Amino acid sequence: MFGKPMFRTTLKAFAVLGALVAATPTPARAAGEVIHIPDTRFSFEGVFGTYDRASAQRGFQVYKEVCASCHSMRLMSYRNLVDLGLTEQQVAAIASQVQVQDGPNDEGQMFERAGRPSDRFRSPFPNMQAARAANNGAAPPDLSVIAKARAGGADYLYALLTGYSDPPAGVTLAEGMSYNAYFPGHQIAMARPLNPDQVEFADGTPATMENMARDVATFLQWAAEPELEERRSMGVKVILFLTILAGLAYAVKRKVWADAH
Amino acid sequence: MASGLHDSDFKNPVVRWIDQRMPVFTMMQKEYGSFPTPRNFNYFWNFGALAMVNLMIMIATGIWLAMHYTPHTSMAFDSVERIMRDVNFGWLLRYVHANGASMFFIVVYIHIWRGMYYGSYKAPRELLWILGVVIFLLMMATAFMGYVLPWGQMSFWGATVITNLFSAFPVVGNWIVSLLWGGFSVDNPTLNRFFSLHYLLPFVIVGVVFLHVVALHITGSNNPLGIEPKSPKDTLPFHPYYTAKDSFGLVIYFIVFAVLVFFAPNYLGHPDNYIPADPLVTPPHIVPEWYFLPYYAILRAVPNKLGGVLLMFGSILVWFILPWLDRSPVRSMRFRPVARIAFLLWTVAFLVLLYCGGQPPEEPFVTISRVATAYYFAYFLVILPLLGRLERPLPLPESISRAVLGGGGQVPAGAAAKPMEKA
Amino acid sequence: MAESGAATASEGTPRRDFLNLVTASFAAVGVGAIAWPFINSMQPARDVLAMASTDVELAPIAEGQAVTVMWRGKPVFVRHRTAAEITAAREVPLSQLPDPQPDQARVQKDGWLIVVGICTHLGCVPLGQKPTDARGDYGGWFCPCHGSHYDTSGRIRKGPAPRNLEVPQYTFTSDTKIRIG
Repeated sequence: MFGKPMFRTTLKAFAVLGALVAATPTPARAAGEVIHIPDTRFSFEGVFGTYDRASAQRGFQVYKEVCASCHSMRLMSYRNLVDLGLTEQQVAAIASQVQVQDGPNDEGQMFERAGRPSDRFRSPFPNMQAARAANNGAAPPDLSVIAKARAGGADYLYALLTGYSDPPAGVTLAEGMSYNAYFPGHQIAMARPLNPDQVEFADGTPATMENMARDVATFLQWAAEPELEERRSMGVKVILFLTILAGLAYAVKRKVWADAH
Repeated sequence: MASGLHDSDFKNPVVRWIDQRMPVFTMMQKEYGSFPTPRNFNYFWNFGALAMVNLMIMIATGIWLAMHYTPHTSMAFDSVERIMRDVNFGWLLRYVHANGASMFFIVVYIHIWRGMYYGSYKAPRELLWILGVVIFLLMMATAFMGYVLPWGQMSFWGATVITNLFSAFPVVGNWIVSLLWGGFSVDNPTLNRFFSLHYLLPFVIVGVVFLHVVALHITGSNNPLGIEPKSPKDTLPFHPYYTAKDSFGLVIYFIVFAVLVFFAPNYLGHPDNYIPADPLVTPPHIVPEWYFLPYYAILRAVPNKLGGVLLMFGSILVWFILPWLDRSPVRSMRFRPVARIAFLLWTVAFLVLLYCGGQPPEEPFVTISRVATAYYFAYFLVILPLLGRLERPLPLPESISRAVLGGGGQVPAGAAAKPMEKA
Repeated sequence: MAESGAATASEGTPRRDFLNLVTASFAAVGVGAIAWPFINSMQPARDVLAMASTDVELAPIAEGQAVTVMWRGKPVFVRHRTAAEITAAREVPLSQLPDPQPDQARVQKDGWLIVVGICTHLGCVPLGQKPTDARGDYGGWFCPCHGSHYDTSGRIRKGPAPRNLEVPQYTFTSDTKIRIG
């Protein structure tokens, strides 16, 4: 009978692993071409990784000053920025810089008022059609959960933002398109969004393209998964607890079965 | 019994009072306490209990998620993200529910695999097996409709593609499709009815699971040797032996579950489902959830629309007649050297289909899918029926206790000739 | 496993009992911990808590008039009181009140009474906002559900309600504007 349990365990592991491996998300494919997304080191990687708050705040600044002129983040509220390390006053000040539509008032009119922390991020366009019309027919996607909505996540965002170049020989771009090494199909409607020294960081970080791309990727990852830190720290505790419980349960099982063999 | 009360063995006065009038405690004691269970279960026999727990987890998290979810095309996506961001522990409830579906399929696939390997579908357990296949079909329907609810791109296009499968049927096809949609395309009426049915079906599953367990407790469990218990020495009371063993397995299952939920919650999902549904743009590479990939591969392996749909449904419906396709008197593959290899190859074919279903419909995956599909069906329709007649099984042990406890399982020569007596 | 059977037979029972106890306690803690996210998820979500303030323009409300505004899904009564109403509210000795509270403690500016329009008995909305409404025996509000009478300070005077109408947290953001919440 020796060897049988081993065989069975192997089979079981094989079945589970097979299912998991086969289900692994495949890399982005465009016209049959597999684009390799380079791995970028981020502070939030790994079991104990956390968001680099300073980087994410700079990323918000980049979003606000660059991306927000075209991209909405309609699931985000200004109050969420408190979780990014900003004070209530700072958040209120940021919110009050925008005008949001409210109403109807007692006369039945819609009106504009200064934003409050509970308001959603103001969208640059009133609706999808307006966004499309203003951008040569390619509506800029909402960025609220973009890090979850793209294979490769923050790595992809960083690669995309730094992946602009002149088209290689033999590639002709359609009207209004730019060449990007990491965009599926390589022709992207968004012109190169980041240029060195486009923003000025208050903490003195040089606004190189790499820094800005990393910061904004960190910010967008945080926006997509604000629960990440809480989730992982809870996970560590839960798994520690379950490991001890597994040991106890196994001991009980052995004691119970001791007289049955 | 003279007074019309049940003759209860319980001493606790409250328990006894209830038990005399409604003998639920006696029933529990009989079915889960002293219930005689083969003593030689391996850990594959944990997965029935695990599936039961998984179903309860899905129902509990589902009910709580429904308190926050809005089944409307304009609000469904945002309401799910609101659960993730604003509802207290909403992310936990949603990730447990979403990954719970994957865990459920992993557990149930292993449970089914165990049934096939150890011949648990054979007489007298045919109805038990059939009820299990019914549960699996209900699970698939429930999972499919649940995946539509977040109203992302994969939700929408998955719903579109799967409902369009029914249009392959001649005459009634389009009528069925519009019946499913409640409109001219997958739209708000579809979302509403899918939500309603997604809430209903789990309770239907609970009902069929109850019948599954009733049938199990009539025939008793199969076991790794595939021979029936012959004497009390062959069995152990369910409690504490299998309650203890199941509890340990349950904790291990929770650990795997926790790793998924807390550290890789979107690993088994598709990024496109975080893009809100857009009826004007199909994602370049649409795939169903991983647990449907084998059937999706079968569908795409056939170049004919109706043929593909029929083969896809047939790949599960064939399970219903499995007890009559496999006529071998020996249950466990341990004693069937040829069938065992054929079945392990079938397992490989299934995993190959699962892999191919996730790849784009191009070479070499189409050819590989076709070979695997052919073997998938050949195993059930040709190999098993033939082996039932031709295969020469290994000698069976005389009894479970003899095989497990002593004598090394060596069997007197005479006993080997008559496999699987009806105990 | 078989070899441990005889060796531990003598001390097996107490050890198993202790082991069972520890394991069962652990499992019980686990089940309790699982229950908490479910219960807590039913408390107000973060967006609900954040949407908790309402601005009210006071200028259009003439003396003697009242408006009802929505705050956190509940009606809030804003009444521009007349001098007579203020006097009536302040002349009542505290000893006559079921829930003694001076009128001065319930207003920030004498003319403006702001209270949550929910009867403290069982949650009905009292009458008294419209000029044609019954205002009860004390000129404030009257709850038709079970007959509670409130005075011009929103204090309970007669009937089953146990407490005065609740005064929400509010601030004057200007002379003619308040923010509730």
